[in-house]
Amino acid sequence: MTDRFARALGWASLALGAAQLTAPRVVTRLCGVDDAPGATAFARLVGGRELLHAALLLGAKNPASWAWTRVVGDTMDLGVLGRAAANRTGARRARALAALGAVAGIAALDTACARRGTANAKGPLQVRASITVNKPREEVYRFWRELENLPTFMVHLDSVRTLDERRSRWKAKGPIIDLEWEAEIIDERAGELIAWRSVPGTGVSNAGLVGFTTGPGGRGTVVDVSMEYGAPGRKLAAAVARMFGEHPEQQVRDDLRRFKQVMETGEVVRSEGSPEGHRALRQLRQRPAQPIGGRA
Amino acid sequence: MKANVWTGRNRLEIQDVPDPQILNARDAIVRVTSTAICGSDLHLVDGYIPTVKKGDVLGHEFMGEVVEVGPGVRNLHVGDRVVVPFPIACGACFACEAELYSVCENSNPNAGIAEKLMGHAPAGIFGYSHMLGGFPGGQAEYVRVPFADVGPIKIEDDLPDESVLFLSDIFPTGFMGAEMCDIKPGQTIAIWGAGPVGQFAAASAFLLGADRVIVIDRFPYRLRRVQRTGAEVLNYEEVNVLEALRDMTGGRGPDACIDAVGMEAHHPTPAMYAYDRTKQAARMETERPYVLREAIMACRNGGVVSVIGVYGGFVDKFPMGTVMNRSLTIRTGQCHVQRYTEPLLNRIRAGEIDPSFVISHRMPLSEAPRGFELFKHKQDECNKVVLTP
Repeated sequence: MTDRFARALGWASLALGAAQLTAPRVVTRLCGVDDAPGATAFARLVGGRELLHAALLLGAKNPASWAWTRVVGDTMDLGVLGRAAANRTGARRARALAALGAVAGIAALDTACARRGTANAKGPLQVRASITVNKPREEVYRFWRELENLPTFMVHLDSVRTLDERRSRWKAKGPIIDLEWEAEIIDERAGELIAWRSVPGTGVSNAGLVGFTTGPGGRGTVVDVSMEYGAPGRKLAAAVARMFGEHPEQQVRDDLRRFKQVMETGEVVRSEGSPEGHRALRQLRQRPAQPIGGRA
Repeated sequence: MKANVWTGRNRLEIQDVPDPQILNARDAIVRVTSTAICGSDLHLVDGYIPTVKKGDVLGHEFMGEVVEVGPGVRNLHVGDRVVVPFPIACGACFACEAELYSVCENSNPNAGIAEKLMGHAPAGIFGYSHMLGGFPGGQAEYVRVPFADVGPIKIEDDLPDESVLFLSDIFPTGFMGAEMCDIKPGQTIAIWGAGPVGQFAAASAFLLGADRVIVIDRFPYRLRRVQRTGAEVLNYEEVNVLEALRDMTGGRGPDACIDAVGMEAHHPTPAMYAYDRTKQAARMETERPYVLREAIMACRNGGVVSVIGVYGGFVDKFPMGTVMNRSLTIRTGQCHVQRYTEPLLNRIRAGEIDPSFVISHRMPLSEAPRGFELFKHKQDECNKVVLTP
């Protein structure tokens, strides 16, 4: 809802920007500032700014928080129009005041939208991914349930050690600091799903759910993963992601690809361009496709 | 070891690079005994296939001797003589089970790059850009072959390299191009491109029972070569292809059309050529699709357009209206080589065909850059270059 509101504001920016760029004189006349030297050029500049807002609001994945850029623009416009109204009399003053009123109204909408966007961004971060593995459901489930297997395809994990039926100790190796936390299985149905979360007070707040369903026509197993990073975990997840240069959603998708490879072919598939196997960060900085030296 | 390395657009160098090593349990290392230059290598060298990097070793047609196997390979042993299919395939995923090896779901560790350009990712290919895996190619002394227990076919008799080398790509590719036409007795097949793949497509169309095969190109020496398969030929610089095909087929058009040219086609009308060439140079489209357009226009109502020429990205002015209104079927794909190696090897053994007929030049690997020049510019009647390390 908030995003649709933000997109609508984006379209408004686009329309206003286009109008200011193509017919700047009409706009300056409507605002009562057509008598000022350089008014046309200024209107064009503001038009360019509006197009920038439009690009951000229409192009961004979560546009609502970008509405703050419109709030900044509105503040600037209010200042300019306020001065224009104060310095003018008669019909021009009336037009400038009308424009001022309109901008004030829009500013209120923008602020509301931006505040809602910011509020949403503080909620838990949710990530989803799914993949189809060409193996029977039982086998796929069993491999995942053996949590100590997870580091074979979750490259950011150093190790997982099971403590008992439900609890396990997870270690992730970062380039700067190592993380360690305890997780517990909070729900499981054999062959169908596993849900886990970090034990409160162990420094990390995350939760995950992996579901296994038989593929259409009995072909393979569809694996659906959703992960949630809580408010403190969110910051951490973002920090970890930054350390690795990867977005958490990308990480989960890459993990699943490697999981599929491990299940179907026995291991993570490597090439000389991507010696660690499928990994988003490496895809940006490939090794050349020539043999790796330094034979062991 | 020595390898043919891409060092920039239209620049190749023989360089010393490290020897390959086993990275996965199902790898084998093959000492290359013969390798070839493929028409699709030219698209890489020109820079028209995205994500080729300086330092990449090229080449996807090769064969040789197994010198090392990983612990996961049980069907191959050191000393085995093998031909290696150009697509890398795991043999276990949904695609491989359906014999769609060139779209294997596991063999491309850079699937993420390919997905951004293509929606979903195809298989990894030796020496064929990073979007298709980032695997070093076979124009080298040694190659690491992933999933060696799936792809390579053992050659156990005394057939010479030159008779079996092309099982790695162009023979199966030409064969699949003809197979996709679903040929029935009495049918006429038109093929654009009289290069080695077009020559194999023509020979295969006859093997599969075509009555007539008409091949279109502009190089007389290539047209002469393809005539040896029994095909009729058209030089598109001398005749209007659409009119000629109509005349030759009683006004109906060929039953199926094979595009064995792909993204760097030429057009006899300078203005038409300039249009797509300019857009291609400006990276506004990645292809020059004259052949594809013409094949679609030429095909009879309800016929098949089989595309085995390589395309990399986006085509402009695509005549979808004629495809739809005339009930055409377009079939295409990188060849699922693993599907064809065994049956085609049997045809070679049975003496139905000797693929070495396409070879025009033989030279040492160290002369690969010169081989590319000859092949690209069609100098010295160059048709197919085989390199030996």
